Amino acid sequence: MSCASARMMVRDPMKNSVRNVYLFPYVIWIGLFVVAPILLILYYSFFDIDGNWTLANYKTFFTPIYLKMAASSVWYAFLITFFSLLVAYPTAYWLTKTKHKQLWLLLMILPTWVNLLLKVYAFLGIFGTYGLANAILETIGIGTKQILFTDFSFVFVSVYIFIPFMILPIFNSLEELNPSLIDAARDLGASAWTTFRRVVFPLTLDGVKAGCQAVFIPSLSLFMITRLIAGNRVITLGTAIEQHFLVTQNWGMGSTIAVFLIIAMAIVVIATGNRK
Amino acid sequence: MRKLISFFAAVFFASFVLLYVSVQLNKTEGYAGENTLTVYNWGDYIDPALIKKFEKQTGIKVIYQTFDSNEAMMAKIAQGGTTFDVAVPSEYAVSKMKEDGLLIPLDHSKLPNLKYINPRFLNLSFDPGNKYSVPYFWGTVGIVYNREMLGGKKITSWNDLWDKDLRNQILLVDGAREVIGMGLNSLHYSLNDTNKKHLQEAKEKLDRLTPNVKAIVGDEIKMLLANEEAAIGVVWSGDAAEIIAENDNLDYVVPKEGSNLWFDNMVIPKTAKNIEGAHRFINFMLDPKNAAQNAEYVGYSTPNEKALDYLPKEITEDKRFYPDFESIGNLEVYENLGKRMLAYYNELFLQFKMHRK
Repeated sequence: MSCASARMMVRDPMKNSVRNVYLFPYVIWIGLFVVAPILLILYYSFFDIDGNWTLANYKTFFTPIYLKMAASSVWYAFLITFFSLLVAYPTAYWLTKTKHKQLWLLLMILPTWVNLLLKVYAFLGIFGTYGLANAILETIGIGTKQILFTDFSFVFVSVYIFIPFMILPIFNSLEELNPSLIDAARDLGASAWTTFRRVVFPLTLDGVKAGCQAVFIPSLSLFMITRLIAGNRVITLGTAIEQHFLVTQNWGMGSTIAVFLIIAMAIVVIATGNRK
Repeated sequence: MRKLISFFAAVFFASFVLLYVSVQLNKTEGYAGENTLTVYNWGDYIDPALIKKFEKQTGIKVIYQTFDSNEAMMAKIAQGGTTFDVAVPSEYAVSKMKEDGLLIPLDHSKLPNLKYINPRFLNLSFDPGNKYSVPYFWGTVGIVYNREMLGGKKITSWNDLWDKDLRNQILLVDGAREVIGMGLNSLHYSLNDTNKKHLQEAKEKLDRLTPNVKAIVGDEIKMLLANEEAAIGVVWSGDAAEIIAENDNLDYVVPKEGSNLWFDNMVIPKTAKNIEGAHRFINFMLDPKNAAQNAEYVGYSTPNEKALDYLPKEITEDKRFYPDFESIGNLEVYENLGKRMLAYYNELFLQFKMHRK
């Protein structure tokens, strides 16, 4: 950008300064709420609990307990993203074929208007020993199972919460897909499966990537659901950050974990980024 | 574009009207005047009728605000934006706020009703001489168990929880000091032990409890126990009283190895503007009749000895919530162990949580 604007400066200084004025609020916003917090987190990560400068937090991160926690965070985030995609892609595909697209889409987005805590609490009731899910299992003869506080319930509820963020970008990219491309593929003798594999899916890959980012990144730092639905049987880095900031007041360690989360997210964004 | 502008205009107009109405409402109720007192307390932790009574008696308007954790409360007071005249921190929070200079010393001459407090609950390690705090309610940490679900099995000690029959039946409260403390107590160590060898031992013992632990949860523990999601819960006595009232099958026991004794205390934070009114409020709450009424409403145990005379016998003779101290081995108050030790407790607790079945 700087190079382009420099050239612009020579050509048309008036126009350029007007453009910069437009940019101003956004730059301020980015500076205050994106760059400054990240720098602050980085800064705090170099202090120990007594406020002395140290690198010990980083050393602590590379102990088995935090590495294990990091590994389990990534693993669960992967599971959540995978199952979201598994459900979201066919749903989005079907959505583009239905008559009342906007209505169905609205119905799928509707749950995001409800407070997260409320939805999670509802699942406490549904998955409980005397809840709806177990009542159904009981009537079909399987019998009561422990659903709450298991890996299954954790992944299920997380998928439920994140799925609209996966459906939307995929739906958009499917909508933008030129239907004549599909017709062309079929005319040229490709089977339905080949058409999907060689034409539809590659052309909607950007939507899939955007969806995966929108699900994977927040799932990495989930914390509340780990307690409410998984009963702290699933421990993620988000849980540890919460504890360090609120209970231990060890802001340094909390920030260090946050630094690694930011790095992980950056890697995800770069890895799924568009290479054009 | 036009639509957008009219939408924003409508939102602005609506918020303005709401703001105006609420200011007017406050005015007619007299809240805008000088003579107000802001009380900062836990949710549902006072009989609202007492606030009305205090307002009538003194002409001071009370603004009642609530918090849900000591940490949140301390953060807000340290920040100092709002005027809080009276706050109700737990004992470890009192000693921390004292250290951080967030409290104003109490003038005991303005608190004549302090004499009604049981001397056992005065002059404790977290606030020697009660310079800054007056006990509000007290309680213990113990075990809630479901008689029906356990089929008559009796729970009397922490070590009973390690029973192999209790697989997947225990809910623990999500607190490092409570859970590590339970491990320490089960080994007959002090709750305030700072010997790392003892703490490691306690953590290893807790790891062996994992097969029995169904979940480690927060406030939901009350709902889960009342719904019989598990047979056993480790909770604070106040929460226990609340869920026992909801489900008859539940009972509460203070384990015989010993446990934690906790206090919530009235203090005057540094943010106070109406210090005179704050003293009057504290003294009002210390009045035996008021303390009794409050204890009956909230369901926690009052430290006010004289108030016991005004409470029904079923309450004061309930050994679960008014235990006689001779029968229980050792009830200890949490000491402020310092940041580093607290961090170590939390580290162990995190490791315990990560220990898989």
